[in-house]
Amino acid sequence: MTREPHLHRDGTWVGASVPRREDPRLLTGRGRFVDDIRLPGMLHAAFVRSTEAHARIASVDLSAVREVPGVVAAFSAADLGLHDIVALLDRPLHEFVPTAMPVLAKDKVRFVGEPIAIVVARDPYAAEDGREAAVVEYEPLPPITSDSAALAEGAALVHEEAPRNTLVDVSLFATEGIDEVFAAAHTVVEVRARTGRQNALPLETRGAVAEWDDRDEQLRVHTCTQVPHQVRTVLAASAGLDEKEVRVIVPDMGGGFGLKCVVGREEIATAAAALRLRKPVKWIEDRSEALTASFLAREQRYTVRAAFDADGRIQALDADVVCDMGAYSCYPFTAGIEPLMASAEMPGVYKVPAYRVRGRAVTTNKAPTAPYRGVSRPQYVMVMERVMEKAARALGIDPVELRRRNVITEFPYRGVNDVTYDPGSYKESLDLCEQVLRDEGWFDRRGSDPAIGIGFACFSERTGYGSGAFAQRKMAVVPGFDVSEIRMDLDGTVSVTTGTLSHGQSHETTMAQIVADRLGIPYDKVKIVQGDTDRVLYGWGSFASRSITIGGSAAAASAEKLGERLRVIAAHLMDVDVESTELDGAGGVRAGDRRLSFTEIAEVAYLRSHLLPKDVEPGLSATASFDVGGDGTFSNATHAAVVRLDPGTGGVEILRYVCVEDCGVAINPKVVEGQARGGIAQGIAGALFEEVRYDDAGQPLAASFMEYKVPTAAEIPDVRIEHLETPCAFTANGAKGAGEGGTIGAPAAVLNAVNDALRHTGVELDDTPIPREAIFRALERAAEPALEAR
Amino acid sequence: MKPASFEFHRARSRAGAVELLTELADGDPKIIAGGQSLVAMMNFRLARPGHLVDITGIDDMTGIEVDGDRLRIGALTTHRTVEKAGLGVLSAAMRWVGHLPIRTRGTVGGSIAHADATAEWCMLAVLLDARIRVLGPAGSREIAAGEFFHGPFWTALEPDELIVEIVFPWPLPPAALTEYADRKGDFALVAAAVDLDRERTVLGGVGPVPLLVDSLDAEEIAAGLDVRDEPGVSAHYRRGLARTLVRRAVAEASP
Ligand SMILES: Cc1cc2nc3c(=O)[nH]c(=O)nc-3n(C[C@H](O)[C@H](O)[C@H](O)COP(=O)(O)OP(=O)(O)OC[C@H]3O[C@@H](n4cnc5c(N)ncnc54)[C@H](O)[C@@H]3O)c2cc1C
Repeated sequence: MTREPHLHRDGTWVGASVPRREDPRLLTGRGRFVDDIRLPGMLHAAFVRSTEAHARIASVDLSAVREVPGVVAAFSAADLGLHDIVALLDRPLHEFVPTAMPVLAKDKVRFVGEPIAIVVARDPYAAEDGREAAVVEYEPLPPITSDSAALAEGAALVHEEAPRNTLVDVSLFATEGIDEVFAAAHTVVEVRARTGRQNALPLETRGAVAEWDDRDEQLRVHTCTQVPHQVRTVLAASAGLDEKEVRVIVPDMGGGFGLKCVVGREEIATAAAALRLRKPVKWIEDRSEALTASFLAREQRYTVRAAFDADGRIQALDADVVCDMGAYSCYPFTAGIEPLMASAEMPGVYKVPAYRVRGRAVTTNKAPTAPYRGVSRPQYVMVMERVMEKAARALGIDPVELRRRNVITEFPYRGVNDVTYDPGSYKESLDLCEQVLRDEGWFDRRGSDPAIGIGFACFSERTGYGSGAFAQRKMAVVPGFDVSEIRMDLDGTVSVTTGTLSHGQSHETTMAQIVADRLGIPYDKVKIVQGDTDRVLYGWGSFASRSITIGGSAAAASAEKLGERLRVIAAHLMDVDVESTELDGAGGVRAGDRRLSFTEIAEVAYLRSHLLPKDVEPGLSATASFDVGGDGTFSNATHAAVVRLDPGTGGVEILRYVCVEDCGVAINPKVVEGQARGGIAQGIAGALFEEVRYDDAGQPLAASFMEYKVPTAAEIPDVRIEHLETPCAFTANGAKGAGEGGTIGAPAAVLNAVNDALRHTGVELDDTPIPREAIFRALERAAEPALEAR
Repeated sequence: MKPASFEFHRARSRAGAVELLTELADGDPKIIAGGQSLVAMMNFRLARPGHLVDITGIDDMTGIEVDGDRLRIGALTTHRTVEKAGLGVLSAAMRWVGHLPIRTRGTVGGSIAHADATAEWCMLAVLLDARIRVLGPAGSREIAAGEFFHGPFWTALEPDELIVEIVFPWPLPPAALTEYADRKGDFALVAAAVDLDRERTVLGGVGPVPLLVDSLDAEEIAAGLDVRDEPGVSAHYRRGLARTLVRRAVAEASP
């Protein structure tokens, strides 16, 4: 028996949890990922990587490499002569220092794992043998391995052009009179927090298969990127090709999480090697490289003060954020990605009347950074939620009640950070989340078990950043719009392009649901075309929860245009006014009791075009674009974690996790829940488990999953998800972004829960991942008087 | 993460395996059983054997047998087989060994030969005075577990010797093994195993080999540990974990 997909109760595809179109192939091993692509005569690449954190390269000798059996070629930077990758912001030099990232290291290495040469061989084993034979001579320089070392007086410079190793330094907002507010405040709380460096850890590591095609006169690159058009631009510029001579194709992807929304060096080098050799070359990053030499994120330090009145209302916020961005500025976002996000959005869901922030990006001798799901929001939300908890404790107010007094309740709300918030359900989500915990009895259990703690996180997340919002960040390359082309074929089925790119988020399903509703056809009659620079007009790919809000709206617009066109042709054929026609929701155009099916209209459009109205071109296609002019749309959620601490070990067990989310209209609620669950797992990972550490010499200490403690299913609790729905006024279907929220709320909820469970100890922990030893010591010390009393 | 090149050989019998090891002695041969430790080390090129001698085709090295006052476990018996065998502390301890897929491939003999300082099998062998029966070119010998482990990845085994079986005393005493790691399935930060009959404790994660202490007193054992502060784990914390885990192991072992 096959199960027919069910429509939403209102007769629409949007809002229905129809099965994912991607699942049959992915679940039966018939997906096609980069590593599944095997071309005739294909060679395999491996990279010679720096063993030094910071050094001048005295020499690179690849002669022994070329002698290794199976090795076909080896190229250093000098051999390939590629142009550097440079990402820019439109900011003055005292706010932003541009730095170059060479495709292969030239005169200097800046982190352990930095690519120095590419070895191409007949199989991956020989490529690795070849890499071992490389001889690189280094003149070591002092390694800079922390933000404080980077900022120290007289520190060695990672990039000579960046004094004090500072790439970004912005001071923003500085509400007038803020110092007086602090001076007169009833209560001032302070949070100092450090968050650990993480890897976004897509299950599928990075990779590329590149070949020069003589017939197409094209360098064809299959690679797992979130941003194919940006890869094309950088690759063409770097290798000196026309954009038309480069085609970037993205097959199925096993995740990206932001790590793949920047242009990597290895895929450019692989493509350049294929171009040079005129032979297909494959590079698949191994897990060890992925952990040490790809893009990392999230290592930040916050020093924050907040002023409150006696009723617990926040009066002012003063923040200093330093982000350790590692060795290079990523393209196209730059090293500003984290500090600018944190600085611009930190007040979040709260009515903060006065705000001042300094945000800095420092460069160090560690693997570079890229956006990672949530980008700074998991960190600043955690800090803001610590602020709320500390204020609640200091003032003796229930922490949920304190939040209730501070959240924005009237919309649109113009924030102190010059952002306009569209309507959300901040207070409602708090209320519901608290109610769920109460109904499930968790407050009672907390009352009877001092080892149990409950923590909340209330936040919103700007999604659907249009070109306006990115321009406000002063990016030199301004992402924002999306453009969609739609085509109906003879049988009435539809192909629609999107410039966004699903790397696990089910766009083949959700975009099809949107388009199906617009045209009144089943969602499986809609094919989504994505991830191919030759087939997609232009695109910014998928990141920042932009796909459904912006890409989905563009697809909806192109479908509406096509619908118009179908009506114009039908009206002509039926000899009625266009105004008297409508799509009938069943694959046809109706005028009164007369009807033409799409196939009948298509037949005229393609096969009997002489019957078309004079001013209508043959064929059935349309193009439309969409951008967000204002400040985007804000999804929101309240998360709560219930934890129990083990006084004997310092261990943390998450007993319950509740997420009340509002992403506007959920196109496919199951998909939204999947996004939330996965995101929460990544957030818990940051709170409790994962960290990429370096030793004093700059050697990475996490080179495998033995050291990099990604949580497994055993560590991730069952999550209860409740939905609220505050539709967005300006996106198709009222949808808001849903890709990142889970990750944003979890670190705060877990950290607050752990601190709540430490309430009897007088100890507060503000750093993540939370060290178990610190929990153990806090509980041990608190138990000591009891021991003495015995 | 691709191994250096090696030659692969499959042994069909115990004697055949020893023969191969002797024959290939100059080419750095290594036995491979479940591969759960060795393959990872080869992929990182931390181990670069010239020859692999696969022993999984030897059919008389698998299985568990009670033989009078001895319990004999074939070296090729998997952790999972023991887990399901209802063998008291041995079966119960298997829940701590990695994850299910690892337990279904990893072998008892492999664990003993690999000699990780926190490996459950090494701790159990020392706790219960097991004997390691090995076969070499000169014939077979038995080594007491207490004399077998010299350091991490370093044992009394000669390069041309094959572990054939592990022999435990039977019946097993009331005993238990428990441990702590931040993440399920990881090698323990600290592990403790106790034998209530002989009032002894073995600790893992507090030294290069399993540490045997003739006591069940958690406070006393923890206080007596010779441990140092290490990055991320202080001596104080390690002692505290030892104290907790000894207590919990005693509780678990108590009827
Ligand atoms: C993710 C992960 C988690 C793990 N967690 C744990 C854990 O918590 N606790 C734990 O104890 N182990 C753990 N292990 C290791 C696992 O238990 C291995 O199965 C075991 O250590 C080795 O057994 P093997 O059969 O796989 O040996 P192999 O990997 O095949 O070999 C290991 C070594 O033993 C030698 N060897 C194997 N058999 C013999 C023999 N019969 N005679 C002589 N030498 C031999 C080999 O030459 C090699 O040097 C983990 C492994 C992984 C991958």
